Amino acid sequence: MRLRFWGTRGSIPVALTAADMRDRLAQALVQASGRTFATYEEAHAFASSELDFSLTHTFGGHTPCVEIDIGSDEYFVCDMGSGARPFGVHVLARQGGRPATVNVFMSHVHWDHIMGFPFFGPAYVPGTRIRIHGCHDVLEHAFRLQQSPPCFPVEFDELGAAIEFVKLEPDKPHVVSGITVTPHLQLHSGDSYGYRFEHAGKVAIYSTDSEHKLEDRAEAEAFAKFFRDADAVVFDAMYALADAISVKADWGHSSNIVGVELCQMARAKHLVLFHHEPANDDATLEGLLKEARRFEELTRTDQRLRVSAAYDGMEIDL
Amino acid sequence: MNATLRRYASAAVLQVSGRLDQDTCEAFRVELMKRVEEAAREGGSVVLDLSELEYISSAGLRCFMLASREAKAQQARISVASLQPMVEEIFEISHFNLVFQVFPTVRDALAAISAEAAAAYARG
Repeated sequence: MRLRFWGTRGSIPVALTAADMRDRLAQALVQASGRTFATYEEAHAFASSELDFSLTHTFGGHTPCVEIDIGSDEYFVCDMGSGARPFGVHVLARQGGRPATVNVFMSHVHWDHIMGFPFFGPAYVPGTRIRIHGCHDVLEHAFRLQQSPPCFPVEFDELGAAIEFVKLEPDKPHVVSGITVTPHLQLHSGDSYGYRFEHAGKVAIYSTDSEHKLEDRAEAEAFAKFFRDADAVVFDAMYALADAISVKADWGHSSNIVGVELCQMARAKHLVLFHHEPANDDATLEGLLKEARRFEELTRTDQRLRVSAAYDGMEIDL
Repeated sequence: MNATLRRYASAAVLQVSGRLDQDTCEAFRVELMKRVEEAAREGGSVVLDLSELEYISSAGLRCFMLASREAKAQQARISVASLQPMVEEIFEISHFNLVFQVFPTVRDALAAISAEAAAAYARG
């Protein structure tokens, strides 16, 4: 099983500014001072292996879209945030003209999680099958609404693909084209659902837009059970803990620290911080990642939890 | 987890010992809120002496946050002092050092409240 991150930012897409780019270029030039590169490849190798992560990567700007690749002919993807546009480009390139079958799993229908669908190329290709799974009654309504005049020039009914909406029942395992998926209700305005994907002995959790009140033992234990022994947990870590439980309490999001605690309770192997706050720059996100790693070290018992921060383009093999 | 109260002039010093986590946070929250309300009524302050606190989880930190909010609403003052290295690091990691005034010792925390409280502490 491979996780491919097409969109990792929360709430609204963001992009590096010209000032950010100039700053990075200047820092890279300083770090390369005295070096010479005869070819593009030499320079590329230097950038890949010797420059700091914060100079060579950005945590990305697209809103949530995470692909679960199980080596099947069909596609599996969580949410249709703005990352659905590059995901669509990937699908079209891989299909080489053959229509695709795409299984979508929706956490909820807030705008940042559906905004990429009108730009999802395969939706315009006749013969493509798109099955949009979710637990909300308003799923189809939301997808149609964002493509209704005057919001978008192409109406939902004009799309070339055959699009089907499939209602799932929370806490019940469903087998979808060979992958077992179990939704779980999460605390978020209008409700959201996390998904547990199981295939060939591997488990991936997609749990975004989810606030946790760990002082409630029953809630904590329910999530520990949902995350139990997962190989990777993609987790809403939008805020630092102090913000998540003060000024941003009841905003429906969580923190890096709570992610570590829940994954430790669940004996999960890899925590992936996700749904990054759009106001946070790369340095701040790196800081939150380092803090989560340190917290994991401080509180580790017998099992190490790997901690990463998701960025657009990241792939994780489970 | 145990909480022991001592008074120095208008300041209440609540010494917290053991582990503050999901299992112990509710009892601590009740005790802490009582102390904050008392402090507010008496126009005083609360210092949390964390010299004996071994560990604090997010659930425990939430109690501190609730107490901080209550103290602000009632115009009382709350601070923390004498954190063990691990708890101090958890405060920093969770950004609670931006919410609370953190003092190296109880003496320093009391001195920031009033000369009377510091003098009472010095007398023992």
